[in-house]
Amino acid sequence: MRELNANGVAIDDTFAEAFDMRATAIVITAPTARWAAQAAETMTGFATSVIACGCEAAIERALSPRETPDGRPGVRVLMFAVSTAELQKQLQNRVGQCVLTSPGSACYAGLDAGDDRLKLGDAIRFFGDGWQIAKRLGARRYWRVPVMDGEFVCESTTWLTKKAVGGGNLIVMGESPAKTLAATEAAVKAMREVADVIMPFPGGIARSGSKVGSKYKGASASTNDRYCPTLKGAVDSALTAEIASVLEIVIDGLTSEVVGEAMRAGLAAIVEMGSEKGASRVGAGNYGGKLGRHHYHLKDLVR
Amino acid sequence: MRFSLREPPAQRVDLKPLVPQTLAGKTVAEIERIEVGTTRVRLTAGDVFRVHKGDPATILIEGGSARFDRVGFGLSEGSIRVEGEAGVQAGRLMSGGRLTIGGTAGPFAGSGMKGGTLAIEGDAGERLGGPLSGETVGMSGGLIHVRGAAGERAGDRLRRGIILIEGRAGAYAGSRMIAGTLAIGGEAGELPGYLMGRGTILIGRGATLLSPTFADCGEHDLVAARLLAAYIAKASAKLARLFRRPLRRLAGDMAALGKGEILLPRP
Repeated sequence: MRELNANGVAIDDTFAEAFDMRATAIVITAPTARWAAQAAETMTGFATSVIACGCEAAIERALSPRETPDGRPGVRVLMFAVSTAELQKQLQNRVGQCVLTSPGSACYAGLDAGDDRLKLGDAIRFFGDGWQIAKRLGARRYWRVPVMDGEFVCESTTWLTKKAVGGGNLIVMGESPAKTLAATEAAVKAMREVADVIMPFPGGIARSGSKVGSKYKGASASTNDRYCPTLKGAVDSALTAEIASVLEIVIDGLTSEVVGEAMRAGLAAIVEMGSEKGASRVGAGNYGGKLGRHHYHLKDLVR
Repeated sequence: MRFSLREPPAQRVDLKPLVPQTLAGKTVAEIERIEVGTTRVRLTAGDVFRVHKGDPATILIEGGSARFDRVGFGLSEGSIRVEGEAGVQAGRLMSGGRLTIGGTAGPFAGSGMKGGTLAIEGDAGERLGGPLSGETVGMSGGLIHVRGAAGERAGDRLRRGIILIEGRAGAYAGSRMIAGTLAIGGEAGELPGYLMGRGTILIGRGATLLSPTFADCGEHDLVAARLLAAYIAKASAKLARLFRRPLRRLAGDMAALGKGEILLPRP
């Protein structure tokens, strides 16, 4: 199975399998970068996987005051879901409960174009109880909702893209938990330099990769036992004897190209670190290629 | 395409036909035959102007007159520049493009405008952007930028869009405003925002008399004002700076719907 070896890191001859998703982006601003990040972190805190969170969301990058509509510090958040209706529901619930409530915040569309529009301020404005005011400036329309620290300004709509891809992934394997984490962290750091992608798990990393199905009724996913190092002697393990820890990076992107680009950047960082300090092997998760139409072969990405 | 004024016209001239969409595809001779008179004495474009061949999407009128009425009427694309004064209803019902009046414009400039940009380098007459008698809605989109002062009732029944007046404004600025934004760099006359329902009026140097039907809501640093400042900064750096100051917000007109506001920048 293993063909490639770069800087001591074995690259599995396999591919990551990813799915079409609906995605949107918003820009959150605040009087300080800290409060912009706070609003975004609160909004994306429970958004690691569509399995139980309804959506996958994370901060894509921090924005300088020059990059935001109101000239204040901000962040751009990407949000992915399996359907337009679910994306709309998650967007308005999360903005309503986490951004509207955050001191000094304002919220704007984070995409300039797309396949359809999602309600943003149009869904939140009713909080104003009739005191909300709309202001149209050119093609953009904003709602001003009176709140206890002033006004919550929120653009009326944002864009939705149907070209988004979710589930790009790398499975990072190492001889110790510390080495594996170091390599995975380096990969996530490199991936964050790629625009229009997020890694929605904590710090970009998932330690509990899952397989489809379970022996228990009602559970749609369960632990990926073939990659659990403590079971490597007990199951049909994918791990060789030297592997003591496995971590996964899941990547969602606004296009298939950026997901591939992020995987390429992550792989390069892992290889650059080498097996002495980091991972000794990298793989990817797939379902035999039958479920998702986007396939990212590691051998194409590492060359 | 250039139109050079031969001599000051002896009657009011209706320049409504001289817009790019009407002139497109016409020869100079055809254009010269367009009637622009408003009295029983027949007057054609060729009588008033020397017409120089050129691109009808870019029209230059060399020499203005207070008798040049309805210049840029219904302009939807391209640009028109009048190097001088204009009469009544300059840019009325514009929906796109750019109309520049090099001098002063008469009453009802930008009346009922729906889009595009009207720039007036001198002063504007009364009822800037406002509706004509019997109409219920004034300007409903686009941008009007007056470098000088504006007459009474600027922005009357403004529905949408932005009116920027760098200088003073006459009495009843923003009267009966439905929504939209009116910014005045100088002082406003009596009772700005008279019976306004919604919308924003910024007044740089206060008003001669403010209506008691506006409720003082205190001074604020409004995010929405930053958006406005960024949006108008290219057109008017002076007015953009006013929007960035702490703003005293007066809510009103409580004699009408009361969801509008007058913003007074801290001096």
